[in-house]
Amino acid sequence: MADTTGNSSATRTRKGLLDTLEVDTRLLGMIGAFVVLCLIFNFVTDARFLTPRNVFNLSIQTVSVALMATGMVFIIVTRHIDLSVGSLLATCSAVMAMTQTAILPDILGGLNHPMTAPLALVVGLVVGTAIGAFNGWLVGYLTIPAFIVTLGGLLVWRNVAWYLTNGQTIGPLDENFQLLGGINGTLGETASWVVGGIAVIAALLALASARRSKRAHDFPVKPLWAELVLGLVIAAAILGFVAVLNAYDVPQNRLERMFEARGEVMPEGYTEGYGIPYSVLLLILVAIVMTVVARKTRLGRYIFATGGNPDAAELSGINTRLLTVKVFAIMGFLCALSAAVASARLTFHSNDIGTLDELRVIAAAVIGGTALAGGIGTIYGAILGALIMQSLQSGMAMVGVDAPFQNIVVGGVLVLAVLIDILYRKRTGAK
Amino acid sequence: MVDRSGTPLVELRDISIAFGGVKAVDHVSVDLFPGEVVGLLGHNGAGKSTLIKCLSGAYRQDTGDVYINGEKATINNPRDARRYNIETIYQTLALADNLDAASNLFLGREIVTPLGLVDESAMEAETRKVMGRLNPNFRKFNAPVSALSGGQRQSVAIARAVYFNARILIMDEPTAALGPAETQMVAEIIQELKKQGIGIFLIDHDVHSVKRLCDRAAVMKNGELVGVVDVDKVSTDDILAMIIAGKKPEHLAA
Repeated sequence: MADTTGNSSATRTRKGLLDTLEVDTRLLGMIGAFVVLCLIFNFVTDARFLTPRNVFNLSIQTVSVALMATGMVFIIVTRHIDLSVGSLLATCSAVMAMTQTAILPDILGGLNHPMTAPLALVVGLVVGTAIGAFNGWLVGYLTIPAFIVTLGGLLVWRNVAWYLTNGQTIGPLDENFQLLGGINGTLGETASWVVGGIAVIAALLALASARRSKRAHDFPVKPLWAELVLGLVIAAAILGFVAVLNAYDVPQNRLERMFEARGEVMPEGYTEGYGIPYSVLLLILVAIVMTVVARKTRLGRYIFATGGNPDAAELSGINTRLLTVKVFAIMGFLCALSAAVASARLTFHSNDIGTLDELRVIAAAVIGGTALAGGIGTIYGAILGALIMQSLQSGMAMVGVDAPFQNIVVGGVLVLAVLIDILYRKRTGAK
Repeated sequence: MVDRSGTPLVELRDISIAFGGVKAVDHVSVDLFPGEVVGLLGHNGAGKSTLIKCLSGAYRQDTGDVYINGEKATINNPRDARRYNIETIYQTLALADNLDAASNLFLGREIVTPLGLVDESAMEAETRKVMGRLNPNFRKFNAPVSALSGGQRQSVAIARAVYFNARILIMDEPTAALGPAETQMVAEIIQELKKQGIGIFLIDHDVHSVKRLCDRAAVMKNGELVGVVDVDKVSTDDILAMIIAGKKPEHLAA
């Protein structure tokens, strides 16, 4: 064991800039890789990759996989796996599509009733959570390995979806439901700035309260300038993202149609940006909730403790079986949410929706630093992982790489990312 | 010397437990007084772990009773045992390697804020306090316990057992995986806990450390109690004879 007792204030001066800022070097590495990736694609595509339009598209394309990846982090952290998420997404999507096109119009009378979208969404979420909980019960209480339960589920739920819709494409979906898809539902410029402003204030308050809480217990805090730099970087990132999304203008003819619908004439030279899509807002909300659950609740504690040492968790009085049910139920809920976003983006439910998503979701979680051995993983990592995967995919499509090569590269990157992760952990001495 | 005139802290009376046809523990009675360390010795399979698991709540005895402070106690699971202020330090330590010391110390008993969220700062502050008492050199409060040495991990496991006002402590081979310096640290902690009036059951294979750390030694063989002896009145050879041959020393047999 290295000598740690000599770590007095005298030796603190050797600390580097990154140590002083107390930022996660692994997060920094991932952001770095992402930035490099974006710059390369931007260079190769003659600056088409980093246009507001493409950033907007990239964001809405990432949401579906990223939502599920946050749930997959909990699954993998507790040493399980879920191979059925893509199929579960299809079942939830089919249920929601049938509810809003075949069942609710008869009950509520007519299409596009204001209650259709919320009701369909609730039905989907309930079904998703129930199926997830059922999977968790099979794994936790009947002790069937998660790999087998969800491998079976991969077939079962894909074909339940097929059966529910007779294999047909169901659409178009309810107009309000489509707001979740991305391009059809955005906040607009002003509201986006308001949301951005609130996010900045919330982030700064969170930093300040963490500092105050440390102070209250006389723990060492980082210097004030470090705190300020961190705050500035976060604020710049948030506001920069909002600015880019706002810079993507709604096409002129679409604006004209909007004004016509209201019986007005569009003023000359009028422009309007899209702003933050609702789906991205949803992802941000889910990310915050899941991060709070992971770090600040007993449930999160128990998830990570069980992943680190299941026996210890059991001896500490944690009901690890019920915990498994909860973790899979959360995954099911997120699959349903993801199904709503994915089908709303397409504006219809198709029989092959979510195909191979299980692999994308697992890859996103693993690229984001979730260890398959359990006990380690972060929500933001998984989202960043999903973003890197999606950038890679659409960047290559933009450059004009052939489809088979795209998949070959994505597969290779997954393996490479895990290798880099293993080397990083060895270097830093963590397990 | 330990005062054994009052009510024993723990009394295991006539405990028997059988698995299938095998009598793992056969009518064994052992008691423990405040501030006393009683060593449990015997071969693998002698029944010492099984006996003690009736106290920690992992097993339920077939016949016989457990008395805590003279009152009959019902212990059906580890949570019941915790309610009687019985804490166990397992041989494996039962630590979640990926979490830090504070998270492990409070695992299953987290301090929460009024909003129901885990209060990390409060838990770390409490951990600093208790570790300051047990192992003042301990500094790695923010590292996962996998990054700690054997002795440091052991002190986290001990801290977890003593923090929640343990009155009765069960230590299952606490020094088995430790080096000499760390073994010494555990010995000092045991002395410290004795002074606070905590009663300790110490399961150990090493006769020498039992002789050094314990007041009395209870030796078991084939599920039966060979005898309970004052360690100061017997030699290590006497204890070995009890373990191997199942014979109580001549000069105490009367």
